[in-house]
Amino acid sequence: MSLYFLCFILFCVGLYSVLRKRNIIKIIIGLGIMEYAVNLFLILVGYRMHGRAPIFAKDQEILNMVDPLPQAMVLTTIVIGLAVTIIAVSLAIRIYEKYGTFDITKIRSLKG
Amino acid sequence: MSILLYFTIVPLGTAFLVTLLRKKKGISDLLAVLSSLYLFGLSLATAGLTKSHGVMIYKVGGWFPTIGITLVVDGLSAFLLVAINLVAFLVLIYAISYMERYTDKWKFHALFMFMLAGLNGVIISGDLFNLYVFLEIASISAYALVAFGVKPQNLEAAFKYTIMGAVASIFILLGIALLYSYTSTLNMADVAYCLSDKAKNPLLVFIWVLFLAGFGLKAALVPFHAWLPDAHSSAPSPVSAMLSGVVIKTIGIYALMRIFFNVLGVSINLLSVLMASGILSMVVGAFLAIAQNDIKRMLAYSSISQVGYIIFALGVGTPLAILGGLFHLFNHAVFKSLLFLDAGAIEYSTGERNMDKLGGLNNKLPVTGYTSLMAAMSISGIPPLAGFWSKLIIIVAAVEAGYIGYAIVAVLISIVTLVYYLKFQSFVFFGKLDAVYNKIQEVPLAMKTALVILAVICVMGGLMLTGTFRPFLEGASNVILSGTGYKQAVLGAIR
Amino acid sequence: MKNKEPGMSLIVKTITRFTVGLVLVYGIFITLQGHVSPGGGFAGGIIITLAFIQLMLAFGQDEVLRKLNQEKGLLLAGIGAILFLVIASRIFLKPQQHSFVAEKHFQLLSAGFLSLSEIAIALMVAAGLFVIFLTLVLLIEEEEKEKK
Repeated sequence: MSLYFLCFILFCVGLYSVLRKRNIIKIIIGLGIMEYAVNLFLILVGYRMHGRAPIFAKDQEILNMVDPLPQAMVLTTIVIGLAVTIIAVSLAIRIYEKYGTFDITKIRSLKG
Repeated sequence: MSILLYFTIVPLGTAFLVTLLRKKKGISDLLAVLSSLYLFGLSLATAGLTKSHGVMIYKVGGWFPTIGITLVVDGLSAFLLVAINLVAFLVLIYAISYMERYTDKWKFHALFMFMLAGLNGVIISGDLFNLYVFLEIASISAYALVAFGVKPQNLEAAFKYTIMGAVASIFILLGIALLYSYTSTLNMADVAYCLSDKAKNPLLVFIWVLFLAGFGLKAALVPFHAWLPDAHSSAPSPVSAMLSGVVIKTIGIYALMRIFFNVLGVSINLLSVLMASGILSMVVGAFLAIAQNDIKRMLAYSSISQVGYIIFALGVGTPLAILGGLFHLFNHAVFKSLLFLDAGAIEYSTGERNMDKLGGLNNKLPVTGYTSLMAAMSISGIPPLAGFWSKLIIIVAAVEAGYIGYAIVAVLISIVTLVYYLKFQSFVFFGKLDAVYNKIQEVPLAMKTALVILAVICVMGGLMLTGTFRPFLEGASNVILSGTGYKQAVLGAIR
Repeated sequence: MKNKEPGMSLIVKTITRFTVGLVLVYGIFITLQGHVSPGGGFAGGIIITLAFIQLMLAFGQDEVLRKLNQEKGLLLAGIGAILFLVIASRIFLKPQQHSFVAEKHFQLLSAGFLSLSEIAIALMVAAGLFVIFLTLVLLIEEEEKEKK
């Protein structure tokens, strides 16, 4: 149980970084931390003590295996996270090009 | 029922083909318009089939459900599929001329088709994680589309949207992970089935909060609305029309309805939360909209306000209210995309978006002027038009359910809506023409066609309540009303 | 002191010459074995991309851009995506004819269309990821040039 809470603390660290930091790059890193906290949680959900990977192998019988579905989900989430990070990073590069800063308090041409 | 598969195959295939054939000029327009026309026809056929078949199931790859992924289409899905593909088709026709101003038009079409695939996928998916994946496909392409102009404002808005959207997605993913750990299944019908067997657990409340925050962010309910005015006003006009008209409804409201009403089951608490946030969105959106001078920014705030009406209707929860809410959803998809396309047409001809600097355009841009008049009248609830009926139904239902105070607020906000649309019309289309704009021309044919068709639907929308179209609307509202009866419908259709 | 020729030092270049082929072959191996053992198109594709990125880091961008530029990369990614879509829709539309589960285990030629789809995914991922890398790198370089 304590593992789940540690996972949740990691999630909160990421959320803090997204909400409180002013630097765009730190915000993107915070997103990554949040994402990986959820991935870790998914893996923990499917884990079973002393279980092994559910892969069919020669001359072996699998008695105690971990749940493969969360692992497949995590693979998908990693790809999605990659796409989001790429979009965010390329936007950050472009923003730096136009505004000359990474500080979100100084990037304010839109208001209202 | 392999027809359901085409809803994602066709737009994805078009997006890849457009990428391959990017060198040939004009071919991306042709491909995108043809495939969206095909999708629109397919969605109409699906709506017809759901009427005769009830719930349609497709087992992906032939795996038995709860192990494999299922695609499910019922009345609600068919209703939204028609709305999405109708708006997408007309927006793409409009974009033939409008997007000429941008370089690399094929990128627009490829991203647009990805977004369409994501939106259709969210609607037809019968599996929680699959829904999340399609939701992300739609969101990621929407982030890129908002930044399409690469002007500083676009980038800033897109960055804001990306961060907010990504946080919302992670909330949704955490909710799905917790739900999976609790029920050990991802199939939506099966999750509902497992939850009905289990006793109440505080974990469920946490899952609720996560989903409400996630989908609330995507639908821009009021505490979470900060990104919407920036993103929707900075994007190119066809994209704004798509975002405001369809995207927030699909990945926000539809997913909210499906998960809360059909999977988790509703309670009085949830309904009151929805009602309160709906009223809050209505009021805040409307009052912020009055203060705006930028046309597209005003329309974006108006979207927040109108989404408030839909959420409020869902919160009231009586059959009549849900019917009205869904009808308003369809109407809003039509008239808000029409208004954004009109704003785009004004910008196309005059290059100006500030209302104070415009005026008297009605003589120069008659088609734009009259279509926008229709949409503005419809959205502010002038009697014979569609918007009037949907708002009337929502307000009558609220009164019937005993929420008279809320109903009065809804009426007042409707008047405020009328005020700011009158301001829009009089500042932009009536009055004296500025000498600067003496030489402007009416927009090209493709743009005019889309505007006129949308305006006609806007005027005729009231017919949805009568005769042949009514079962279509009722089929959608029945799905929500049946609540967790969804599981019997889907599991019954599987066997 | 600045190097006249592009890229890193001689040691890095020599080692890259030895390893880049191995990395490429390993990526292809992971791709082709995807339906038999852990791995598959995505992992294999990323390893193939890593080989190209290593080349680019060691020898400078001109060397690699001559072999694979953005245009070609996009073309390959598009072809991979379309191939995958065709295979997937063929399987999904007629699931009875194609079995996902192999009749013969632990052999390279088993599982029918599944191995073909792995190749398509690897093509798409490798080319797509490399194009993304190139775009981001070139974006930064453009910016630096503008400043000077």
